[in-house]
Amino acid sequence: MNTTHPPYRILIAKPGLDGHDRGAKFIARALRDDGFEVVYTGIRRTPEEIAAAAIQEDVAAIGLSSLSGAHMRLFPAVIEALKQAGCDDIPVLGGGVIPDDDIVGLKKAGIVQVFTPGTPLQDILDAFRNACRNNNPKGY
Amino acid sequence: MDFHQQLLQGIHNRQPRDIARAISIVENNLPGAGAILSSLDSDRVNQATILGVTGSPGVGKSTLTGALISFYRSQGKRVGIIAVDPSSPLTGGALLGDRIRMMGHALDRDVVVRSMATRGRLGGLCASAGAAVRILAASGCSPVIIETVGVGQSEMDIVRLADLTMMVMAPGMGDEIQAMKAGLLEVADILVVNKIDYPGAETLTMELESAVRENGRQNKRICQTRAIDNRGIEELAGAVDELDMQFRQNGERDRRKQVSLERETIEWCIDFLRPFLTDKLRKEQKNVSSDPRSVAQSLIKNLL
Amino acid sequence: MKKNDPFSKWQENELAKSLARFPERKEKFTNHGGKEITRLALPGEIDEAYLENSGFPGNFPFTRGVQPTMYRGRLWTMRQYAGFSSAAESNRRYRYLLEQGTTGLSVAFDLPTQIGYDSDDPMSMGEVGKVGVAIDSLRDMEVLFDHIPMDSVSTSMTINSPAIVLLAMYVAVAEKQGVPAEKLRGTIQNDILKEYVARGTYIFPPAPSLRLITNIFQWCGTHTPVFNTISISGYHIREAGSTAVQEVAFTLANGITYVQTALDAGLELDVFARRLAFFFNASSDLLEEVAKFRAARRLWARIMKERFKATKPSSFMLRFHTQTAGNTLTAQQIDNNIVRVTIQALAAVLGGTQSLHTNSRDEALSLPTEESVRTALRTQQILAHESGVASTVDPLAGSYFIENLTDSIEKEALELIEKIDKAGGVVAAIEEGFIQRQIENAAYEYQKEIESGERLIVGVNSFQVDEEKSASTLKVDPEIENVQVGNLSQLKETRDNNKVRESLNELDRAARSETNLFPYVLNAVKEYATLGEICNILRGVFGEYR
Repeated sequence: MNTTHPPYRILIAKPGLDGHDRGAKFIARALRDDGFEVVYTGIRRTPEEIAAAAIQEDVAAIGLSSLSGAHMRLFPAVIEALKQAGCDDIPVLGGGVIPDDDIVGLKKAGIVQVFTPGTPLQDILDAFRNACRNNNPKGY
Repeated sequence: MDFHQQLLQGIHNRQPRDIARAISIVENNLPGAGAILSSLDSDRVNQATILGVTGSPGVGKSTLTGALISFYRSQGKRVGIIAVDPSSPLTGGALLGDRIRMMGHALDRDVVVRSMATRGRLGGLCASAGAAVRILAASGCSPVIIETVGVGQSEMDIVRLADLTMMVMAPGMGDEIQAMKAGLLEVADILVVNKIDYPGAETLTMELESAVRENGRQNKRICQTRAIDNRGIEELAGAVDELDMQFRQNGERDRRKQVSLERETIEWCIDFLRPFLTDKLRKEQKNVSSDPRSVAQSLIKNLL
Repeated sequence: MKKNDPFSKWQENELAKSLARFPERKEKFTNHGGKEITRLALPGEIDEAYLENSGFPGNFPFTRGVQPTMYRGRLWTMRQYAGFSSAAESNRRYRYLLEQGTTGLSVAFDLPTQIGYDSDDPMSMGEVGKVGVAIDSLRDMEVLFDHIPMDSVSTSMTINSPAIVLLAMYVAVAEKQGVPAEKLRGTIQNDILKEYVARGTYIFPPAPSLRLITNIFQWCGTHTPVFNTISISGYHIREAGSTAVQEVAFTLANGITYVQTALDAGLELDVFARRLAFFFNASSDLLEEVAKFRAARRLWARIMKERFKATKPSSFMLRFHTQTAGNTLTAQQIDNNIVRVTIQALAAVLGGTQSLHTNSRDEALSLPTEESVRTALRTQQILAHESGVASTVDPLAGSYFIENLTDSIEKEALELIEKIDKAGGVVAAIEEGFIQRQIENAAYEYQKEIESGERLIVGVNSFQVDEEKSASTLKVDPEIENVQVGNLSQLKETRDNNKVRESLNELDRAARSETNLFPYVLNAVKEYATLGEICNILRGVFGEYR
């Protein structure tokens, strides 16, 4: 057991006012079942709260979910909050009801991966694993 | 200044990210873990009150912890929380959900929450949780609350890290029986009956009172709360304060700390020995015979 | 049949009365060929077991429907949930829907409105006008119902935690249109309990939330006698991933809680019970869904009779709205969604729904376009006028499969309700996390089945094609947020701020006492106090749920 990498830590969060957390909870549980340690923040969090929690928990990546169409404002706001705290090296992934046109904009804003309805679970798990692997914090 | 010194300074100066990273380093046993732990602000570490909170799922532990945080913050105290959840024995993964009830404090830099998974190591968790507690204490947190689920062995180990422990119960959950079976009534200093507006709360309280009387443990406190709207929290915190003071004065705190440190030391020993022993075993014997106990004895004998 | 048998008695009483009040839509319902279609098919022999478990439509236990003639008398209300962006935009969509033959409105509010924040609140960032219309004050509500005849159109409003505020605005706008409150028809969702477990738009803790609901029951009981004061909703529980049985059990358990709370507050059972409405999900498992609706109807009737000792038939009746299952819509090959919606809508009609919303094919991608909404409405119209299912009552009754499934859903749901009772009731079960856990586990298992390919979803994990996605989707103009904020600051300059303050102070005092808050909210609303201002007063008194 000691030879393998310790589990990656992930924060799954729902920014904004959308309370539909079926998808977020499913991803959280699927990540757990794939060997991740997953901190779940619950619904209705502000970008600042999410950034603060991610920093305290020293997670290797953040996953955001929003189904209300507010992703163009809220996802970049999380990145901005991380930046304000000097921690924008933490990769942010996002999912939800996101039209194709918006994906380009989100990626430009720094979201490393965007998932839409129908993205296969395995792709999502792989994306988180890659994001964690690439995020090799300085010093350890 | 090297990276670890920077972290130490950051811990002292309450920098959220340095605190978080230091905990990761000790949790994952990465290089530098020893350097960090040996140079923490020992005054802060020794003075901090370490509070254990345990109880079955659904009794409202996280809500109670959230309410305690609010209370301590209203008194200007900086609070640390280590929230422990079990890892899946199959996959090694874990879902850490205790934070949900504490997100109201997310923007408060003087509330430091760290979720930890048991990672399938019995004693080992005690070591890393203990280290995490010390890091939080060194960043100026007092109290530091360790919240754990249930009545399992690993949870009992964690409880022993605490200066004093409260066991949270709720009516109608069959907790009293569970608690007595597991000997938790013995370990806990404060028995909290949460959800006092539910039917059966008075009966549960009375049963606990008589159990405590029968055992001749007048020292134990029983508190009633309704954590969801902060009822009884001030009284509970008062009981914590009183006991803490008492244990500090009568030497109980030192005695417990000594026991706990001893225990943790042994666990570290085993942790450090493990790779060495594994190596030795594999060299000396290709296949362990069907009597591991005597193999272990001879291995140790050779070693000594 | 002999004169005094139960069927003849039903014909002479319930049926005759119903026919006199609501004549059937046609003199004769016939097939192609002129053969008359029977109103109500019955078993060869009507025995005790039949009477106890099925009965006649409009008769206890209402398994076969709440009206004697069902859709032969009046078709279900075709009610399309709509609303987005500004009040003016939504008003335009409502008028379009009415022109297209929709028979009731259903207002979707944006999330800030649903959670009691004004559009200029920092919490509203990015959410204004997104999933529904933004309403900040009575001024927006006036625009929303401009040129809509509130005395004849029935309106359903999906609003829960701040329901009292939006209903007060509705009453106030009607008054300005010259429509008296007692003429208002419609439904307010007003179902807070399911928000804690499934939908998430709660503001206050359970106890004060239940008080607000009871206040509405009481005020409406005397002022808006034909307005449905609650829509006890399983829809969102199912959307969150529950099973059909859980949907029935948790919804009816919530219903029990509302009834008990109202009784505890001294309200009269047979007065408020007839204004309780329900709201269910229609998913794709056609036969299970039909059985679910029948089981729910029978179980509620039995609960009202046996548990609450209701005496009036109107108290026993579970009347419900249905929406097709949003979670079954796929982003792939979106035209397939039209087929899914058709099956689901058919389930609702065969199950005896009183009103129906059909989802649009593009809703897994974004808000529906006008064209998609029209197709969704046409689906209902085809069912109503071409399929023939509306020509007879409860056509699947007597099928061994349907009847067995109806029995087992009722039985399992009742067992789950008893479990909740044992745990100390719904509020205790929510606080303990029991209901949330049950839903979560069911959702997780279901999704795992899809991921493993054990359960096939056409176009998603089977029968896929390469396709260019999303040709034309509807987008909300992000400018709406600024427009709302601008309007708000203008409003605050032009209204009588002294009167606003006074009305809010009175509300604050009332909230601290035991009195009914409706008149105070109505007063504040009429002074153009904003939704956020009113909810903040209540937050101050009641606290917030987390």
